[in-house]
Amino acid sequence: MIISRIVKGLIVSALLFSATAMAAGGGDIKVVNINLKDKAALQRGASIFVNNCLGCHAAAYMRYNRLAEDLDLTESQVRDNLIFGDAKIGEVMSTTMSSAEAAEWFGAPAPDLSVVGRSRGSNWLYAYLTSFYQDEFGNWNNTVFPDVSMPHVLWNLQGIQTAVFDEVVADNGSKHKVFKNFELNTPGSQSAAEYDRSVRDLVAYLSYMGEPAKLKREAIGIWVLLFLALFTFVAYLLKVEYWRDVH
Amino acid sequence: MAKPASNTKKRAHALFNWFDQRLPISDFWEAHLAGYYAPKNFNFWYFFGSLAMLILVLQIVTGIFLTMHYKPSADEAFASVEYIMRDVDWGWLIRYLHTTGASAFFVVIYLHMFRGLLYGSYRKPRELVWIFGMIIYVLLMAEAFMGYVLPWGQMSYWGAQVIISLFGAIPKFGGVITEWIRGDYFISDATLNRFFALHVIAVPIMLLLLVVLHLSALHQVGSNNPDGIEIKDYKGADGKPIDGIPFHPYYTVKDIFGVGVFLFIFAFIIFFAPELGGLFLEHDNFVPADPLVTPIHIKPVWYFTPYYAILRAIPDKLGGVIMMFAAIVMLFLLPWLDRSRVKSIRYKGWISKFLLALFAVTFIRLGMLGMAEGTPAETFEARIWTFIYFAFFGLLWFFSKYEKTKPVPERVTK
Repeated sequence: MIISRIVKGLIVSALLFSATAMAAGGGDIKVVNINLKDKAALQRGASIFVNNCLGCHAAAYMRYNRLAEDLDLTESQVRDNLIFGDAKIGEVMSTTMSSAEAAEWFGAPAPDLSVVGRSRGSNWLYAYLTSFYQDEFGNWNNTVFPDVSMPHVLWNLQGIQTAVFDEVVADNGSKHKVFKNFELNTPGSQSAAEYDRSVRDLVAYLSYMGEPAKLKREAIGIWVLLFLALFTFVAYLLKVEYWRDVH
Repeated sequence: MAKPASNTKKRAHALFNWFDQRLPISDFWEAHLAGYYAPKNFNFWYFFGSLAMLILVLQIVTGIFLTMHYKPSADEAFASVEYIMRDVDWGWLIRYLHTTGASAFFVVIYLHMFRGLLYGSYRKPRELVWIFGMIIYVLLMAEAFMGYVLPWGQMSYWGAQVIISLFGAIPKFGGVITEWIRGDYFISDATLNRFFALHVIAVPIMLLLLVVLHLSALHQVGSNNPDGIEIKDYKGADGKPIDGIPFHPYYTVKDIFGVGVFLFIFAFIIFFAPELGGLFLEHDNFVPADPLVTPIHIKPVWYFTPYYAILRAIPDKLGGVIMMFAAIVMLFLLPWLDRSRVKSIRYKGWISKFLLALFAVTFIRLGMLGMAEGTPAETFEARIWTFIYFAFFGLLWFFSKYEKTKPVPERVTK
């Protein structure tokens, strides 16, 4: 049928287009598959988040009790394991560091991370969190976000890596450095595989926190589509019945 | 047992008559639904008028509920949207219906307008139908632009900054006009507040009025059809067009089927891809508006990008603004630019068919270039397509008059 062909074409071209638009975004950003249905991963990610990120970054739109509800935790589990200050269970995840202090200590206020999963996307976050390195002066830097003000907060897990650059001579004779690979000099408390899993868990958590409704909407969506398919089928039969005397 | 039932029926009938004698209920029903004869050969392209009405209602209803929780203030707007997404029961669904509805509105309107181009629906005697429709389209763009500012993300802020600064290109009065629009020296709380007022009251009221005018004008002259011929020319003994069928029930049931197909696609996007890869909800708009940080790549939402590409293609700012508005003005003139003996593309020559296909490709390609970063190569390409865009209207004016057309059937074909 011509309608379904047109509709299919529209969807496919829209998806293809958006895929190419996103791919055009960054340098060596890989696609990471995260599974929001894996509640254990989200719980581990939440733990990494409150232990390592929440000291400086707030998540001012995320409530602790929502966390309990969505991650299959009891409120007392959240209170005992994920709340460090005197925050109440119904409050949002605020931080103790003010933006003025952050600007003084790090040169820039630490952005709120509530919706960072949506503005940056999982792939970027994964690449960012695995691309910290120590330069020759002992300062932290990042190949995905060069000269970022944030130090490598997870260094005790990952260890300290340095970046190896190739020197490339351009056609006009100017030299510039191109990133080649990382070398892990000082091992951290986690192996490379363990750190990779930790970052994936954290990214999954950030992705969930960006849109908590995502857990629900896809589950509801199946039933909505099934209903609409049935509705459309019945509507089609009705149309055919009415139009019998026209042709 | 039958008696009491018929008694109730009689009473209901009497009640209806009481109202009908005081309010033209049955007259309206007869004039616009059961007694409005539409050509029987409507095809796929004729679904989009009723779908546009559906989306208008959807936007108004979801908009009312969003207004209950949204705060039109520069300090609170972004947070209140996230509050709707997280803390309001079903708030995420209402918001996604509204954001997806905005894009769906333009998809449907563009297809609806293309139908007009295909079958010459703007031609005499339907010029006013087209003009009212074009005013609806312009109002819709204003409505969408101001609505996009409300979430107060980075793209809301900087998109508004770019678009409003366009008025600054007007000689002499540019500065005063931009200040007057913003209500401040820069995009600020005052701008957000007035855009909210215009978005939820002023423009929707005008839209509703224009829809009434659009449909009144249509029902005065009757609907066109894929053959581009008048069904009123062949009437039966009862005075009704032989090739016409009452809008209700025939097209109401057909449109319900169309609604089902539309809602299926619509629901798929809402529940599984509400951002549609950044096309319907841009990633940068999840960063709160920051007047001190300019995003690297400012771009409008997809439905404005063809005009944005034209704007950027012209090296001069004022020239770009003029060409961008001219691109829309050209569409208004279509009823008088098309001078063909036939209305429908079916009976026009190959030149017309080629030109219309080229115009569709041009519009889509300009839209893609408007989303791109605007490298010199892309700007150069945009200039070529901008030239073709405007050339279409001139060529249409010329060739439609002299092109050889095929004979038009007297009665509608299947």
